[in-house]
Amino acid sequence: MKYFVIVLSFMIVSAAVHAIDTSTPFDDPELQARYEKLIAEVRCLKCQNQTIKDSNAFLADDLKREIRRLLTEGKTDAEIFDFLVLRYGEFALYRPRMSGKTLALWIAPFLFLLFGGYAAVRIVRQRMNMPIDDDDLDSPDTAEG
Amino acid sequence: MIPEVGHFALILALSLALCQGILPLIGAYKHDSALMAVARPAAYGQWVFVAISFACLTWSFLDSDFSVLYVANHSQLALPTIFKISAVWGAHEGSLLLWILILSSWTIAVSRYSHELPDIFSSRVIAVLGLLSCGFLLLTLLTSNPFERLIPAPPDGADLNPLLQDIGLAIHPPILYVGYVGFSVAFAFAIAAMLSGNLDRNWARWTRPWTTWAWLFLTVGIALGSWWAYYELGWGGWWFWDPVENASFMPWLAGTALIHSLAVTEKRGLFKSWTLLLAICAFSLSLLGTFLVRSGILISVHAFASDMTRGLFILGFLGIVIFSALILYAMRASAMDSQAGFKAVSRETFLLLNNVFLIIATALILGGTLAPLIFDVFNLGKISVGPPYFEFAFAIPMIPLVLLMGIGMHTVWRSQDLQPLLRRLRLPAALALLAGLAIPAIVYGRSGVLLTVGITAAVWVGVAALMPIYQSWRGPSGSPRLTRAMLGMSVAHLGVGLFVLGVSIVSAFTIETDVSLRPGERTEVAGYSFEFRELRNVDGPNYRAIEGEVEIRKDGEYVSTLRPQKRTYLVQKSPMTEAGIDVSWNRDLFVALGDPLGGESWSMRLQYKPMIRFIWLGAFVMAFGGLIAASDRRYRLYRKAAADETVQGETA
Amino acid sequence: MKSRYLIPIFVMIVMGAIFVVGLGRDPTKLPSPFIGKAAPAMDLPDLFDDSVRISNKTFAGDMVLINFWATWCPGCFDEHDFLLELAASGVIPIYGINWRDNRTEAISWLQRLGDPFTANAFDGNNRTGIDWGVYGAPETFLIDAQGTVIYKHLGPLSRDSWQRDFVPILNARDTNAP
Repeated sequence: MKYFVIVLSFMIVSAAVHAIDTSTPFDDPELQARYEKLIAEVRCLKCQNQTIKDSNAFLADDLKREIRRLLTEGKTDAEIFDFLVLRYGEFALYRPRMSGKTLALWIAPFLFLLFGGYAAVRIVRQRMNMPIDDDDLDSPDTAEG
Repeated sequence: MIPEVGHFALILALSLALCQGILPLIGAYKHDSALMAVARPAAYGQWVFVAISFACLTWSFLDSDFSVLYVANHSQLALPTIFKISAVWGAHEGSLLLWILILSSWTIAVSRYSHELPDIFSSRVIAVLGLLSCGFLLLTLLTSNPFERLIPAPPDGADLNPLLQDIGLAIHPPILYVGYVGFSVAFAFAIAAMLSGNLDRNWARWTRPWTTWAWLFLTVGIALGSWWAYYELGWGGWWFWDPVENASFMPWLAGTALIHSLAVTEKRGLFKSWTLLLAICAFSLSLLGTFLVRSGILISVHAFASDMTRGLFILGFLGIVIFSALILYAMRASAMDSQAGFKAVSRETFLLLNNVFLIIATALILGGTLAPLIFDVFNLGKISVGPPYFEFAFAIPMIPLVLLMGIGMHTVWRSQDLQPLLRRLRLPAALALLAGLAIPAIVYGRSGVLLTVGITAAVWVGVAALMPIYQSWRGPSGSPRLTRAMLGMSVAHLGVGLFVLGVSIVSAFTIETDVSLRPGERTEVAGYSFEFRELRNVDGPNYRAIEGEVEIRKDGEYVSTLRPQKRTYLVQKSPMTEAGIDVSWNRDLFVALGDPLGGESWSMRLQYKPMIRFIWLGAFVMAFGGLIAASDRRYRLYRKAAADETVQGETA
Repeated sequence: MKSRYLIPIFVMIVMGAIFVVGLGRDPTKLPSPFIGKAAPAMDLPDLFDDSVRISNKTFAGDMVLINFWATWCPGCFDEHDFLLELAASGVIPIYGINWRDNRTEAISWLQRLGDPFTANAFDGNNRTGIDWGVYGAPETFLIDAQGTVIYKHLGPLSRDSWQRDFVPILNARDTNAP
């Protein structure tokens, strides 16, 4: 019963306890680096918003184990992401993969910059030609108020 | 009895809030000074009853009155007293009551310090705040009553979530709320201005200190949350772009834009419609944050237990408030802007760009946070948007902003000559480039593009911010005096530099290792040796813990002994880690216990986090800068003359 | 009034509409990516007898329920009575997959509480669970005779959810049957 409760509580409050990877690191530092990067981008699907790197849930452990297996089999990052998406959907990845649907998300920063820049230029252009000699509100500070 | 008193006090508070919200508005419309005069007394009265209600709830916790459902769900007899108090705001119902108390407190502050403002204006401001109070009081009374009874009362409660049993997390919500709720004041000022059809530079002068105070509290609140997550959650992270974290960050970004926009409106009477819209946005975003956290609409570690009724009510309230504000905006904003101009190189341009970049950042974070919801609603599937996206999206407008910040601080209003500006900036530019290239290579032995950009930007802003201070201190006796506003600005921007420095370095140079050790074994991370000495059992007031003792040495010299714990709380039975952290100005050493691996071995996470303290130091310095600026004498000095000016200019 | 000042209201209304619709949704419920596709491969030992294998061939040819369960899962305990009822009614065979559990405990659990399963497989290491996109117990898949996944139910099954979610699908299929 006590075991039951402890295991159960691990399931429920997985947010409170971070996960420490007790598996042996890869001999190849490049593989290890890829592994670290991958697990930081995969979602622990039953947790309330955590990566499998940070989660203590057993699903997180199992997914990490699968990723290790796929890495040793020589799969590429893309293939590993495909593996996860096939089973869990795009929800499993914290970095939305580029597709027709997510294009808006990834282009948005640049679009907004363009639009914002254009708006700023228009406003400055408009104001450049307006009078600049107006009274200051009386205040003790200098031009750099 | 006490809970019923508390409940009744809320009802009385609601009736006072209704008077406070409705009567002065009618009075302002009809120029009836008797009705307008209702505002302040009603506000003070409302505060008294809200305070009584809050006191009753606190008493119920201190008394461990488990016949109150909320107390039974979030407390227990063995809970330390300090956490019995913080449990009051530990969950949805109580935190709403805290929100109401803080809103009411801001309102009486405005009542107290607005005597110099024309009555028509101040009564409108207090009335708007009263209407907001009505909304929250109704929400509480109708859907989230903290005084609901549990009969028969259980002998002991369900305990406060162990995650919340920590001082840092106890004070984080109140401070955060002071910030969030403080933007209601800017909002109320904006509404009052739009109602009167008159928004002038005096209005901006009145609004600025209130907004700055709210902003600085929000800054501290967010920093505390981040710092708490770092030392409590045990994985060494300090920001996860979780929806609720974003919900607090977006009003901060909008609020920062608002402060800067107010500066332009005060000085030149420009950007009025921007300022109004930003005031509405900052407040709307803080209400939106409340909605996101309490409705269950997004997945988050921070979310309160969700309920569709509450969600609908909050959404409805949100909708009415924002819709009314935006209708007013659409009707009044276009008539407001002045005909003043400025040259292409001028302080105005830089502040305009500042606003543009901050608004872009806010929009991107909002988009990323809501994207999973939008995709789901339009049946485009379920996606996750996490740190990989947000870090990318946020950096895009932020890097140019930080670079421009250094220049903008040194520009003058209306028209800035290019040559003197460039000459002034030679020093920060040189130091920044030097630091960006040297620090990674010399101190840490590595390099990288993003890292160099980050350090360069940080030193650039920091030095540019320090220059006015240095010159005022050391400059010839004829140089302009540094007002508090200018000093505050420099300090706040210095804070930004410190923050960016911390983030850049810790992101690039963190070393994190998971090991398994037996007592007596030692391992090495980042030049420090960690020896796992022993394991012991420790008992706390409401938990049992296993504590490890880890001794750290560097080059044989003793550094510190850390005692990470693995706690099991007795009632909720949930395990919690308490990490052991050795703090220093330029690095943290972090040890967290994992699990027993059999044969006396334990797994542990050891981390080396260089310059991480600068992240929160930077935030606190920013807030301190805000404090200095908000206390500038001119906000008090010219009130009389300004108030007279405005009364003459009143149209509505 | 310049029309651009109306943009914020327009944005607000759109966002409000999205929120209203979103409130009715549960963000934690993941639909299965296998719906409409062939069920993932399965090849597991029988829970009771290690030498017997349970695979997709075992349940092919019939419309079946595949139920992932465990002794440590409170929802599985809650739905167990209903599963027994469902199995007794003979409407549809239920195949169980004991997920991430202790074999001995699972067997004694079934012996104690009753066994609604036509056959029960043992997935100790969650390889199959992951292949099927399972992330929490209990989860129940509805598979048709050709081995296509028709529906996935998250959480415990009850009479209400059975009526509401499964019966309409089964009825639709019956009317289509020759």
